[in-house]
Amino acid sequence: MTTAQPEKKRRGVLREEFGNPERRTAYYMILPTVFIILVVAFYPILYSLVLSVTDSNINVFGSFVGLENYVNMFQNVEFREGLVNTVVYTVISVFFEFIIGLAIALAINRAFRGRGVVRAAVLVPWAFPTVISAVMWRLMFQDQVGVINYVANAIGLISEPILSDRTLLLIAAILVDVWKTTPFMALLLLAGLQTIPGDVYEAARVDGANVMQRFFRITLPLLKSAILVAVLFRTLDAYRVYDLFWAMSNREVESLSTFVYKSLRVSQLLFPTGNAAAVFIFVTAFLLALSFIKVLGMQTSTED
Amino acid sequence: MAAASASGSRGGGLNMVLFYVFLILFVLVSVAPLLWVFKMSIVVKTELFASPPTFLPQNPTAASYGTIFGDERFQKALVNSTIISGVTTVICLFFGSIAAYAIARLRFRFKSIVMTLILAISFFPGVAIIAPLFLQYRTLGLIDTYWAAIITDTVFALPLTVWILVAFFKELPRDLEEAAQVDGATTLQAFRKVIVPLAAPGEFTTAILTFIFAWNEFLFANTFLFDANTQPVTVVIPNFATVYTVDYGAQAAAAVTVTIPLVILVLIFQRRIVSGLTAGAVKG
Repeated sequence: MTTAQPEKKRRGVLREEFGNPERRTAYYMILPTVFIILVVAFYPILYSLVLSVTDSNINVFGSFVGLENYVNMFQNVEFREGLVNTVVYTVISVFFEFIIGLAIALAINRAFRGRGVVRAAVLVPWAFPTVISAVMWRLMFQDQVGVINYVANAIGLISEPILSDRTLLLIAAILVDVWKTTPFMALLLLAGLQTIPGDVYEAARVDGANVMQRFFRITLPLLKSAILVAVLFRTLDAYRVYDLFWAMSNREVESLSTFVYKSLRVSQLLFPTGNAAAVFIFVTAFLLALSFIKVLGMQTSTED
Repeated sequence: MAAASASGSRGGGLNMVLFYVFLILFVLVSVAPLLWVFKMSIVVKTELFASPPTFLPQNPTAASYGTIFGDERFQKALVNSTIISGVTTVICLFFGSIAAYAIARLRFRFKSIVMTLILAISFFPGVAIIAPLFLQYRTLGLIDTYWAAIITDTVFALPLTVWILVAFFKELPRDLEEAAQVDGATTLQAFRKVIVPLAAPGEFTTAILTFIFAWNEFLFANTFLFDANTQPVTVVIPNFATVYTVDYGAQAAAAVTVTIPLVILVLIFQRRIVSGLTAGAVKG
C-alpha cells in the first residue's frame, strides 16, 4: 500500500467508492444538499474575499487595491464601535445565559407536576422572531407608553429615556437576548444533565460527598462537553447579531453585522469597506469556532 | 441540587414551596412581555398613554387589530411569510431527508467532511455573503422575488433539518430495511417505502422547527426584498414604527398577531420540539 503511487491510489479510492452500489447511492443522496451549500454559501464567501481586495462598487467590478479596504475598515469609527459593541454584547449575554440556564436546568432536572407548562413557557421566547421580540421590548422601553421606562424612572434607575441613550440601549439589547435565549441554553444543558446516570451521585453520596463536591466533581466535569457545545452555539449566534440591534436601536447602535449591512446595502461609498468587514466577521467567527472545537476535541479525547 | 433531584422528594415541604416559587417566577418572566404587549394591543389610546400605566385593561377593544388587519401591506406580509416558510420547509425536508438517510445509514468515505461542511453552515455569519448573493441574484433577476428568500433560507435551514433527521433515522430499527433489501428492494426503495413512513413523526417535528426558522428569518429578506409585494412580516412589522408613528396599539397588535401561530405550535408540540432540538444538539 505504502509503495503505491499516490495518483494511482487516489483513482483506486474513487473507483472503490463509486463502484460499490451502496456508496454510489449515498453520494447521489447527499449531492443536492452539498451542492446547494457549496453554491449558495461557500462560493459567495470566496467572492466576498475577492471583492474585499478590489475597489468594486455595487454596479462595477473594480480593480485590485491590495489591503486598502482593510486599512480603511480599521480606521472607520463606526466599525470600531460595532466591534466593541459586538464583543461586549456577546461576552455579557452568553455569560448570563449560561449561569441562569445552568441554574434552571439543574432545578428542573427532576420529575414534577406542571412540567409541560414550564416547557411550553420556556419555548415561547425561543420561538419568537428576534425582530418581533425587539419590537415588543421596544414598546415596553418606549418613553411615553413603555412600562419598563416608567418603572425604571419611578425608582430612579435612569435619568433619561432608555431609547435615547446608547449605553442603555446596549444593556437593553443584552437583556432581550438573555430573555430570549436562556431557555434554549437551559434545554441543551438539561439534555446533557439527563445523560448523567443517577447512580453516580448515589455512589458519591455513599462516599460522603456533599452537594458542592458533587456539583464540582461530578456534574460539571460530566457536563463539560454539553456546556461547550451550548456555549459555542450561543457565542457564534450572538457574535453575528443583526436583527436585535437593527430593530431595537432604530439603527443607531452599531454591531459588526449592522455595520456590514449598512455599508453594503445602504451606503454607496462604503461598499469596499463593507466587503472587508464581511470577510473580517467570517474569519473571526471561523477562528472562534475552531478554538472551541479544539477545546472540545481535547476534552473528549482525554475522557475516552 | 441535581443529586437531590435524583433521589426524589428530599427535604419535603419548604423545599417544594421554594421550588414552585422559582418555577412560577421563571414562567412569568418568560411570558410576561407577550402578555404585556397583548394588553397594550387591546386598550384604548388614552389608557395606553396613562401614567402610571394600568395593570389590567379597563375597556378592552379590538380597534388596533381592526387597524392592522385593514392594512393591505400587513395582510400581504402574512401571506408572503407563509409562502416563503412553507416552500422552504418542503424543499428542506425533501433534500434534507435524503441526505440525512445517507449519513445515518449508509457507509461512505468523506462522511465526516460532509458532516463538517453542513455543520459549518450553522456557524456561518449571514452578512458575510449578502453582497455576492445580491449581485448574483440581481444577475439572475431574483431580487424582489420569493425565490431570493427561499433559496437562501433553505441553505441556512438545511443543517438544522439534516442534523435532527440524522438523529431520528439512527433511532429507527435497522432490521426492517434489511428485510426489505433481502426481498429485493434497492436502497432507495427501502428508504422510500420503509423509512419515510416510519420516520413520519420525526419528519413532522423537523418540519415544525424548519418552518419556525424560516418564519423568523430577517436578514436575507431585508437584503433581497424591497417590494412590499414579497416582503415577509419580519421586514414589514419593524417598519410599522415609522408608518404608525404614535399608534403604539397597532404596533403591539401586529407583533402579537405574528407570534400567535408560533405560540400555538409551541403549546401543542412542546414535547416534540424539545426532543427535536436536543436530539440535534446532544448527539452531534
